[in-house]
Amino acid sequence: MGRKLLTEHINVEGIDTFEVYRKHGGYRSVEKALKTMTPDEVVEEVKKSGLRGRGGAGFPTGMKWSFLAKPEGIPRHLVCNADESEPGTFKDRHLMSKLPHLLIEGMITSSYALGANTSYIYIRGELLYVLRILEKAISEAYANGFLGKNILGSGYDLDLHVHPGGGAYICGEETALLESLEGKRGNPRNKPPFPAVQGLYARPTVVNNVESIAAVVPIINDGGDEYAKLGVGKSTGTKLFSACGHLNKPGIYEIELGVPVEEFIYSDEYCGGIWKGRELKAVVAGGSSVPILPKELILKTAAGENRLMTYESLSDGGFVTGTMLGSGGFIAMDETTCIVRNTWSFSRFYHHESCGQCSPCREGTGWMEKVLHRLEHGHGHMEDIDLLVSVAKQIEGNTICPLGEAAAWPVAAAVRHFRDEFEWHVTHAKEAARPGAVYPGKAVLA
Amino acid sequence: MEPTNAPAKPQFSAAAQDEIKRIITHYPEDRKKSALLPVLHIAQAEFGGWVSPEVQTLVAETLDLKPIEVYEVATFYTMFNLKPVGKHVLEICRTGPCMLRGSDELTAHLERLTGAKVGGETSPDGLFTLKEVECLAACGFAPIVQVREKYYEQLDTPENVDAMLTELRNMVHRPILPWEALAQN
Repeated sequence: MGRKLLTEHINVEGIDTFEVYRKHGGYRSVEKALKTMTPDEVVEEVKKSGLRGRGGAGFPTGMKWSFLAKPEGIPRHLVCNADESEPGTFKDRHLMSKLPHLLIEGMITSSYALGANTSYIYIRGELLYVLRILEKAISEAYANGFLGKNILGSGYDLDLHVHPGGGAYICGEETALLESLEGKRGNPRNKPPFPAVQGLYARPTVVNNVESIAAVVPIINDGGDEYAKLGVGKSTGTKLFSACGHLNKPGIYEIELGVPVEEFIYSDEYCGGIWKGRELKAVVAGGSSVPILPKELILKTAAGENRLMTYESLSDGGFVTGTMLGSGGFIAMDETTCIVRNTWSFSRFYHHESCGQCSPCREGTGWMEKVLHRLEHGHGHMEDIDLLVSVAKQIEGNTICPLGEAAAWPVAAAVRHFRDEFEWHVTHAKEAARPGAVYPGKAVLA
Repeated sequence: MEPTNAPAKPQFSAAAQDEIKRIITHYPEDRKKSALLPVLHIAQAEFGGWVSPEVQTLVAETLDLKPIEVYEVATFYTMFNLKPVGKHVLEICRTGPCMLRGSDELTAHLERLTGAKVGGETSPDGLFTLKEVECLAACGFAPIVQVREKYYEQLDTPENVDAMLTELRNMVHRPILPWEALAQN
């Protein structure tokens, strides 16, 4: 079992309370940063760690922080993106409900580094019970002098608030999140200006995922160089993967980046193999928006090597033979899974969640859902398959925010790797439309 | 003269008003609108699980907004119910990972057991409203139903489904809201 930096104490009884969390080394990073480091030194450690955004995009966190505009006299903000809503991804909910103080500690240390005096945790509205847990933990942090005025006598002030969303996947996009935090519909903003220049209330703002902010704690405690020793190449440190679908042991696993995908799926230490003794058919490795891969391609890279759980290895071969690490939402599908039905389900999700601001996304997501619905229900035509690819291509790159790509990629990848199965849904429409029908053939390997 | 049969204008309870005051302090003074989503959540919990036009107007007055600013937000986010609901709103996750673990069967089962159809319909006894929702971020414990702030997980066995419905049927009083609990302490 590799090292655990975030979840080491997750099962300790009472770890959600300040007292127990503190006993297990909690809030050391705040003491170290505020008493012995300048804000720039904290940023430097995060840069050295090689930490990449854990919300899905994988952008280097330290670099993102260094883009923050710092004009005199204008407040700036840190906003935690806790609007986890991507199908397959459920790590942040777990982390926040079990270890609320870890996120709060990360928020304090990170806010200090960025010079923010008011920070927000934007949490998805469905998780109101987690909001209560966080609010209780925040009040404990205030009571113990880790939030508020003159924290630990350092002269640094910070207020931290939790803000609930209202049920909209699009609010996970950082500019939509800021709109929502300002009390508006969650329509993404045109960029530039980027939030680092004009974010919340048009002030310089950094938006980071829950797990990224939590990772700042061990980075400051042990130093960026120590963190960078874990992992492989540019994929440093540990990462939470949320595994679901047809696995024997679905759940949340913190792994050191670099574990082979095959080991992650089959070893007892992790997911324990495919349920009911069945064969693996396909995997969506990083949340529903990343391209699906058939078994053979998820286990081996384009070069024929074992695929590893790293940003680079998972994307090896581009979208033809690779996928993305994304948010770490790992969805495994067994041999009885209908790929057309599954693709339709994801398409329905993106159609439902499109904010409707851009025509290609608003119209395109609905169009793809409609075509997939008729293929799945036995009314499809052969031309529909190319139509799907064509619509996906027309959405890609033509929208204000990446929801367009998130909707297009899964459809394009499903057709690329499982075209035979889509064709079977046309040639054997009646048979394929039956509930539980399974395509008898194999995936097309690109 | 005022018509005597006019419906009473909704008013927030004292505890909810205190909670709203606390929330407003989280944002800059000239950015009161930021409190809109949290206040809509409070309003929905206070007034029977949905936000009627009258309640939306009350929210607008509370935050010094125009009613249209509340309407356009309430209609954008899926958590706000715009028509009356039953005592318990069952939000059934139907997205990919839940579907892989049997959410279609769960939906059909719940429709049979409650007598309501998904899509916001309420059962004849007024107890259950069934809604299909997209991902609830609990995919590893699928299939899932959320009822207010509680998650019911691994509903792939009849026993688990029955246990959930029994628990909800036996819930005589509505759960105490967090700000009410604060006021009691």
